[in-house]
Amino acid sequence: MYQVGNLVKELSDKHGRQRDSLMPILQGIVEKHNYLTDEAMVEVAKELDISAAEVYGTASFYTFLDTQARGKYVIRICKTITCSMKGKIEIIQTLEDMLKIKVGETTADNNFSLIETNCIGWCHKAPAMLINEIPYTELTPEKVVDIIEGYMLK
Amino acid sequence: MVNLKINDQNVSVPKGTTVLEAAKKMNINIPTLCNHDDLCVAGNCRVCVVEQTGARTLIAACAMPVSEGMDIHTNTLKVRNARKHIVELLLSEHRSDCTKCYKNQKCELQALANEFAFGDTIFLDLVEDHHYTIDRSSPSFIKDDSKCIRCQRCVRTCSELQYISAISVSNKGAHQKISSFSNKPMSHVVCTNCGQCVNRCPTGALVEKTYIDQVWDAIYDPDKHVVVQTAPAVRVALGEDLGYDPGERVTGKMVNALRQLGFNSVLDTDFTADLTIMEEGTELLVRLKKALVDGDKNVSLPMFTSCSPGWIKFIEHKYPEFLPNLSTCKSPQQMFGALAKTFYAKRRNIDPSKIVSVSVMPCTAKKFEADRPEMRSSGFKDVDFVLTTRELAIMIKQAGIDFRNIEVAKYDSVMGDSTGAAVIFGATGGVMEAALRTAYEIVTGHEVPFGNLNITPVRGMDGVKEATIKIAGCVDDWKFLEGAELKVAIAHGLVNANKIMKLVKAGKAPYHFVEVMACPGGCIGGGGQPIPTNMQIRKNRMAAIYSEDEHMVLRKSHENPDVIAIYKEFLENPNSHKSHELLHTHYVERENY
Repeated sequence: MYQVGNLVKELSDKHGRQRDSLMPILQGIVEKHNYLTDEAMVEVAKELDISAAEVYGTASFYTFLDTQARGKYVIRICKTITCSMKGKIEIIQTLEDMLKIKVGETTADNNFSLIETNCIGWCHKAPAMLINEIPYTELTPEKVVDIIEGYMLK
Repeated sequence: MVNLKINDQNVSVPKGTTVLEAAKKMNINIPTLCNHDDLCVAGNCRVCVVEQTGARTLIAACAMPVSEGMDIHTNTLKVRNARKHIVELLLSEHRSDCTKCYKNQKCELQALANEFAFGDTIFLDLVEDHHYTIDRSSPSFIKDDSKCIRCQRCVRTCSELQYISAISVSNKGAHQKISSFSNKPMSHVVCTNCGQCVNRCPTGALVEKTYIDQVWDAIYDPDKHVVVQTAPAVRVALGEDLGYDPGERVTGKMVNALRQLGFNSVLDTDFTADLTIMEEGTELLVRLKKALVDGDKNVSLPMFTSCSPGWIKFIEHKYPEFLPNLSTCKSPQQMFGALAKTFYAKRRNIDPSKIVSVSVMPCTAKKFEADRPEMRSSGFKDVDFVLTTRELAIMIKQAGIDFRNIEVAKYDSVMGDSTGAAVIFGATGGVMEAALRTAYEIVTGHEVPFGNLNITPVRGMDGVKEATIKIAGCVDDWKFLEGAELKVAIAHGLVNANKIMKLVKAGKAPYHFVEVMACPGGCIGGGGQPIPTNMQIRKNRMAAIYSEDEHMVLRKSHENPDVIAIYKEFLENPNSHKSHELLHTHYVERENY
């Protein structure tokens, strides 16, 4: 859990408190904390004077507005057809072996979460994954080992 | 006007009319599912698709406004096949255990399935893959996602009519569902249990939690003395579930039917509605005196009525800083419950532990109210089981009673007498009117200055009503009110209550007394009333309520002989110590999510 009250106020001041600020505010929280806690969504509802269920409804619609606890680095591996044909399964296998977690899980040290995502628009350089905002493309198991080792040293 | 053709017949309708409305005007039936008269257009179920000549695809009649020269066909083979597939697709994700379903024969999806006469379907049954959940956490209703077709009537109801949005649409695609905040149990979120969503759900996804079996068990337990109370709004709506038109009064038949079901005593919530007026009216006058004469700055005005448990929970969640403004009076149901196991038990010489107290209410929130920990002032659970109007109709059918042909009967005595003032509690503005009839007379010694006691400014379907009553000719005790203008307001439907609360919060509300009912139209439009409920049906029930009032001999709460007797024998005075023990309560602050 993280403290979010001040951040929500700052974001609301920046974007305004009308209904159409909901998305940028939620994105702002995720940018900072990687996911939305219940507390964060309740704060947003209070600032914008809308219902918390509505905030949750919006957040749950978008894959990138996570409502589950996630690690510092969220690895999203594309699950759609091109990446599958170009070797996604080996990539996932490599990631799972390295991180000792399955898809959908977070490492015990809260550093990495591994999830699948819909198409991220890198079909021409498949298979692809995102780590937080950064895309990694034309992946091979060897490349993945290098990338993840880099993050582990950060 | 816009000219178009539907099924080769010409029609002219005003601009902005939908194809569905135009067809309805011509008595052409187009099936619907997500559409509801009380709610905005959603256009998501697609059952109402029709063919428009020249259009590439079928169009949804509910969402499409008419345009000049349109040529619509509502029942071509293409349309029928499309509708069949749409209904089949809905069924492929719907747990169709119809014969065991609480909504069997009352389900709009089932009716459509029946209309399209399915044999084998070409679509896979996906119910088992969905891992649907059933939420039974509320004492008022059950939310069964395996029956949900995501038409979103409930979501629109909760947002448009009630300004709560305790539920919203979450996730997307195959995972789309109707969720509370973070999928918390319904009993843990801002839901007021008003049941308006239950009243509008076309399937069995939202149904009241029924206590029919528990009530039958009590009736057939020879050790128990089972008393039943009936709310004012039940008598003008029960008939609808038993073959009568909306707005038929069936009071006498209902009383007889309850007796035939085996209740030991058939009594009337109207009695405690009259008692509420005595208690609440006195409370208001005391608050006014403290504010105006004693200059007490801590008096909370305006005072809000407290009969509607949905409204109580709304303010507990959303405006807890105004809880002191709520009247401390329990609702008539709970006053009745507290007295049934004290005063009534004593009078009838019955051990209160042997009394089972049942109420029939137009309301699902009353089930929650009866479960509140505050509602045990008799030393027992004051009201054991709450049935909705719909559940009573089911019991009457289960008992094989020929409702149409039974004689009329009268309520039992001791807590069975009532007045017209109590009956009108069932309609928005009714509590206000009843309170004014009594309070004005206490203060001035004469009747309210309205023809035949009908205080028409507080009646009707306007969302927020206001009235000002000038007080003239005060008796000695109330001289300080001479010439004062009593300002009142009435709201029904929580979206309207919220409008008043915003004014109150901004310090811009000039009112002394505010009546709020959680449901549109008041209790006559309650979540526990027969389905369907819409504006026309509410109007019919409301007319029946005022007609019931006009037909009563006594029409002022303070003239109810049972009320006079109970103060003499038991309670002493309104707002006495004993009254406070049994008839008043307190409220709690709740989370706003």
